[in-house]
Amino acid sequence: MPYTKRRRLVSSAVAVALGATALAACGSSSEDDGAATGPVTLTYWSWAPGMDKVVDLWNKGPGKERQITVTVKKQASGDTLVTKILTAHKAGKAPDLVQAEYQALPTLVSNDALADISGEAGDAKEEFADGVWQQTTLGTDAVYAVPQDIGPMMFFYREDLFKKYGLTVPTTWDEFAGTARELKKAAPDKDLTTFSANDSGLFAGLAQQAGAQWWTTSGDKWKVGINDAATKKVASFWGGLVEEGAIDNQPMYTPAWNKALDTGQQIAWVSAVWAPGTLTTAAPATKGKWAMAPLPQWTKSENRTGSWGGSSTAVTTDSKHKDAAATFAAWLNTDPQALNALAKESGIYPASTAAQTSGAFATPPEFFANQPDFYTKAAEIAETTAPSAWGPNVNVAYTTFKNAFGAAAKNRSDFTAALDAMQEDTVADLKKQGFGVAE
Amino acid sequence: MKSPARRPHGARTAPYGRPSRSRTRQAPYLFLVPAIVLFLLFFALPIGYAVWLSFRKVRVSGLGLGAGARQEVWAGLENYTGALSDSELLRGALRVLGYGCLVVPVMLGLALLFALMLDAERARLTPFTRLAIFLPYAVPGVVAALLWGFLYLPSVSPFSFVLDALGLPQPDLLDGGPLYAALSNIAVWGGTGFNMIVIYTALRAVPAEVYEAAKLDGATPLQIALRIKIPMVAPSLVLTFFFSIIATLQVFSEPTTLKPLTNSVSTTWSPLMKVYQDAFGNGDIHAAAAQATLIAVATLVLSFGFLRTANRRTKQEAGR
Repeated sequence: MPYTKRRRLVSSAVAVALGATALAACGSSSEDDGAATGPVTLTYWSWAPGMDKVVDLWNKGPGKERQITVTVKKQASGDTLVTKILTAHKAGKAPDLVQAEYQALPTLVSNDALADISGEAGDAKEEFADGVWQQTTLGTDAVYAVPQDIGPMMFFYREDLFKKYGLTVPTTWDEFAGTARELKKAAPDKDLTTFSANDSGLFAGLAQQAGAQWWTTSGDKWKVGINDAATKKVASFWGGLVEEGAIDNQPMYTPAWNKALDTGQQIAWVSAVWAPGTLTTAAPATKGKWAMAPLPQWTKSENRTGSWGGSSTAVTTDSKHKDAAATFAAWLNTDPQALNALAKESGIYPASTAAQTSGAFATPPEFFANQPDFYTKAAEIAETTAPSAWGPNVNVAYTTFKNAFGAAAKNRSDFTAALDAMQEDTVADLKKQGFGVAE
Repeated sequence: MKSPARRPHGARTAPYGRPSRSRTRQAPYLFLVPAIVLFLLFFALPIGYAVWLSFRKVRVSGLGLGAGARQEVWAGLENYTGALSDSELLRGALRVLGYGCLVVPVMLGLALLFALMLDAERARLTPFTRLAIFLPYAVPGVVAALLWGFLYLPSVSPFSFVLDALGLPQPDLLDGGPLYAALSNIAVWGGTGFNMIVIYTALRAVPAEVYEAAKLDGATPLQIALRIKIPMVAPSLVLTFFFSIIATLQVFSEPTTLKPLTNSVSTTWSPLMKVYQDAFGNGDIHAAAAQATLIAVATLVLSFGFLRTANRRTKQEAGR
């Protein structure tokens, strides 16, 4: 069965290639002009697992009608792909479509790698929450990408162990600190959670919740506010907890971390909507023992969250068929059938608001079967996502975060000093490159 | 019919005059052409391009958004002064120096010791032992680092489990000073076998009469090892030292693999990691190219400087 399937794929690929040669041989000029007349083949770089199956739906359905065929090329995720896109773009050979994380969009736009698709995909705006859509426009009239998935942050905790130690679910960060201390008193060898310095997205999301605006523009200058009051508050809060030993200071995603979650040595995790997937592999023995709650707030009256992760589909300036590519990008991220397949095959949490409670998201994730309203709650939380503000050198800030906060967490020393280092490095890099920087 | 067949080979060209000088002179170059072309295409050209990149930089204007906001311009020595005054690069170099001071002597000492032991007359099971010591070299560096990483992490390490059961303290090997020992251990584990084979091969090449003569003179096995074997394999010791210096300066995969496991290894722990980070993390290929050029020059100076001193010494000794 798989053999025949592959066979068919190969033969159709050959057919496509032959067709292309035939066209070229005829000297047909229909390939060159931008209008989508005649068959069009697009290349799409994505790291989402199972994306080829989702794209198959397009190639057999709407794509067939419009004679637009999309080929997926599986890529490494995140920053590595940004570098690869920029290198390909330098040679004028970037693919038609790329998957890009929201914080990478300014970097890509700043390198003139992404096309403005407001004409073809601008109508998709109403499918998304404003805060999500705003990330793809960079505050301009242009549209550089269509949102695909989002990662609203939440608080995950071991329901059974919270009961066992007599802990209540914290609704504010003050209560969160109290819970951590209470647990230390009840069970000195256990930790509520850890402060991990190996994923900058977590800290960025926490700062975003507190109201931080790391990159803003005024006129033709960038203003960097990484060590603004909101972020300082977040940094000293977590630094304080690490310093007094109320929480652990070891990084996430290590075998040791997996074990700590699996054995209940760590009993909570500040994470995002995709956490069930991670927990399934990291802590398989704890299935059905977790529960999800909104992120603790800075004041009782607030109701906000940050986002950790999420990505979009963008069209490159190198594409010869921008209209066709933009049409596909809009379909992929707004069509109910496509979104359902994305949820099933790639396990993403859709950015499209309508899809967040329908189809695959009508029932809770298997790992959280004990919480039937998981996705209803998640959709409510997603609505409260604070606006984010990304700049053209997020990568530099993230690098410094990993090194400076890694050292500070290790030494249990001052986090705000690490934050100042992050600010300095980011500003210095912008200046070095020649960006206008407002002090 | 007979006479032309008997004529010597070179005489065949006689009707066209003497073999042309210029053609014989060209011949070797003709044979060299493939090698020269490959050298230029895949060695000189990329290096030249990297050096060229190191003298350029990207200049952004204003917000840097939209087309034409980014230009590649001539930077002169700016990238080089930047790299030389970068304290993180210097700290990385010092870290690698400390690491090298641990790795090189321990690894070569062990390699020499094993080679001498295998070469000893009373050695048994030599083929098996040789293979067993060599085997870790066949394990890719990344895999080795992952394996050791698991063994180092206190909560999943069987060593920590045993120490805990015995009521002994469990050292955190991924922090501070022990981190250097932990990293060196991976390199020593992986590299000893290769160096041992090189030294052992040299030992086998020493003629048996030499040992016989020594034995007749009443030398003990230890004396033979110290006074005869080690001086006789000095050239291969020089060679293995040379390789080890280069490998140490280029340390990359072990700390990169251990990085996600601990807060103690930064993304710029070794100079090459800094180059990688700047090129692929921060997207500044120009600064990375300048640092790479500096590292290459430092490697050349250090390794050839060492070779030269070593050679001079052997020559002096031969002259005595």
